[in-house]
Amino acid sequence: MAGKTLYDKLFESHLVRQNEDGSSLIYIDRQVLHEVTSPQAFEGLRLAGRQPWRIDANIATPDHNVPTTERSAGVDQIADPVSRIQVKTLDSNCDEFGILEFKMNDQRQGIVHVMAPEQGAILPGVTAVCGDSHTATLGALGALAHGVGTSEVEHVLATQCLITKKMKNMLVRVDGELGIGVTPKDVVLHVIGVIGTAGGTGYAIEFGGDVFRNMSMEGRMTVCNMAIEAGARVGLVAVDQTTVDYVEGRAFAPKGAQWLQAVEAWKDLVSDTDAEFDEVVVINGAEIEPQVTWGTSPEMVVGVGDQVPNPANETDQVKIDGINRALQYMGLEADQKITDIKLDRVFIGSCTNSRIEDLRDAAKVVEGRKVAENIIQALVVPGSGLVKEQAEKEGLDKIFTDAGLEWREPGCSMCLAMNPDKLGNGEHCASTSNRNFEGRQGFGGRTHLVSPAMAAAAAVAGHFVDVRELIK
Amino acid sequence: MNKFTLHTGIAAPMDRANIDTDMIIPKQFLKSIKRSGFGKNLFDELRYLDEGLPDQECTGRPLNEDFVLNKARYQGTSILLARENFGCGSSREHAPWALEDFGIRSVIAPSFAEIFYNNCFKNGLLPIVLSDETVEQLFKEVAATEGYQLTVDLERQLVVTPAGEEIAFEIDEFRKHCLLNGLDDIGLTLQHADDIRAYEDKRKQQAPWLFGAIK
Ligand code: SF4
Repeated sequence: MAGKTLYDKLFESHLVRQNEDGSSLIYIDRQVLHEVTSPQAFEGLRLAGRQPWRIDANIATPDHNVPTTERSAGVDQIADPVSRIQVKTLDSNCDEFGILEFKMNDQRQGIVHVMAPEQGAILPGVTAVCGDSHTATLGALGALAHGVGTSEVEHVLATQCLITKKMKNMLVRVDGELGIGVTPKDVVLHVIGVIGTAGGTGYAIEFGGDVFRNMSMEGRMTVCNMAIEAGARVGLVAVDQTTVDYVEGRAFAPKGAQWLQAVEAWKDLVSDTDAEFDEVVVINGAEIEPQVTWGTSPEMVVGVGDQVPNPANETDQVKIDGINRALQYMGLEADQKITDIKLDRVFIGSCTNSRIEDLRDAAKVVEGRKVAENIIQALVVPGSGLVKEQAEKEGLDKIFTDAGLEWREPGCSMCLAMNPDKLGNGEHCASTSNRNFEGRQGFGGRTHLVSPAMAAAAAVAGHFVDVRELIK
Repeated sequence: MNKFTLHTGIAAPMDRANIDTDMIIPKQFLKSIKRSGFGKNLFDELRYLDEGLPDQECTGRPLNEDFVLNKARYQGTSILLARENFGCGSSREHAPWALEDFGIRSVIAPSFAEIFYNNCFKNGLLPIVLSDETVEQLFKEVAATEGYQLTVDLERQLVVTPAGEEIAFEIDEFRKHCLLNGLDDIGLTLQHADDIRAYEDKRKQQAPWLFGAIK
């Protein structure tokens, strides 16, 4: 019999019940809650007179629509009344049910997928859910993490279980070594370009190969974060010493004798050498260039040295229509050079790229330089209060503000523009977030997804430029 | 939860691939803490010419006359015909809430994004996967005939065209059962509470560090 994949192991070790129809009930160790997708779930519990199954499995923080400007006066200071009610509703729900919440001005507050691993709330070998599709991020720790809808948030609150179906296994192996200036974000954008936005649908993707083995935990989180942009609900990286080192000493990580016991148990969190994957994609890491998305889907991505595609080179009609529609929305011409795309705003942040290493990467590029004249605004939004504190200790905030970028309070911010940070109609933005859908960053806004280093380079150049030219 | 058994209604063609959940319901409307009232903002950016704001009255906003659901012949649409990877993007359940609130009961496409697909069933909305060729055929038929209606028969797992052609579709037994009977998942799962407790006891032995740590 063939060995097991990491996904198989995680799934099987959480199986509560196999239903006759092929669906499975799996136990969920951790749920992370935020203000947008939880209010209706709590309301559902109340209406049905139900209590949460297990309080200590949950952790919450507001992130999607908190302001990132000065907010020391607290929730009442949120200008948008609808956002304010949503944040207050999370506060009151957590208070009512006794769920631990890092409120808006708690230093541990942050974007759910940044806060949870940072606190050690997510550990190797756990199952975790959050009402947010980028929950896949947490798979970087060797955890089985699903994004779920609000009904499932309620289901997990009430039963500590999720009804699911076993997925298929895909291995994305990136071998070799990355070039200078090529980051985890470029790797994952390139992978999405290769397999397509629906290529991973129905699969749990494990990222393997030298490139991921040599990658930091934060880099692995960036990669797993975007598994969903390739259609996969789950992204995973096997546990190794890098994982263990990352987890050690975090607030909710095991301590003392339990720590030793846990580390021992985590050793098994790798795919067996003879495990069989339903699909294997192999990529040579040395060939990956810094990436830029030109269109309105993350798969519409090319290297910075390339051109915007020409629909005339395609044969499939749905694809041709897609390219034409994207060109029109993005205000771009076929065959235009990527480096000729002028930018209006720059956004460095989001659950994909707002951790300390991301900020260091960006700071390195802007240090001693100035934001270009044509850039209306360049925002740096740290992923959590603790990331912010660390960055300030290292003086990164100063480097950013000296160069003319704005240094903000933690939250989702311009990633989805639910708070006041957004693009104007027709504006182009170099963004380190994960979605370039129409209107994602504001009505009529045009998003180009890039790495933090590439976003920083674009900020100082005013248009896209190969970051490798600036860090030579 | 709403039941779904048999439904007949006007079908409208959304002829584009990768319709994402930001398109189905833009983020400014996610601030509501309710489950209802999203229908008027379904496909907001495609449907109206101006920028939609939360809590805004929508009658009187300038309509995009080219958008399919605004056309006279598709008024009263309850079945959407779409292309591949429908519902990709965010996990927001507001997407099926908006479709349902607008009056859509079923979406037919060659493929769906998983989270969206899942979310539909929790809200009495039936997503149906048909082959590329069949979807293409339906697109042609819808375009050719004004007032084109389809019948969706969940019990028999059939889509029936006006000409009487019966097209079979696959669906998971458990989901079908829940939808036909309007069953609440949570109630069903809690019938297995003993299994959950037994698993939990075992888990406490295996990984004690996961209990009582977060407080
Ligand atoms: S940063 Fe963006 S993608 Fe991440 S959780 Fe927030 S809104 Fe979602």
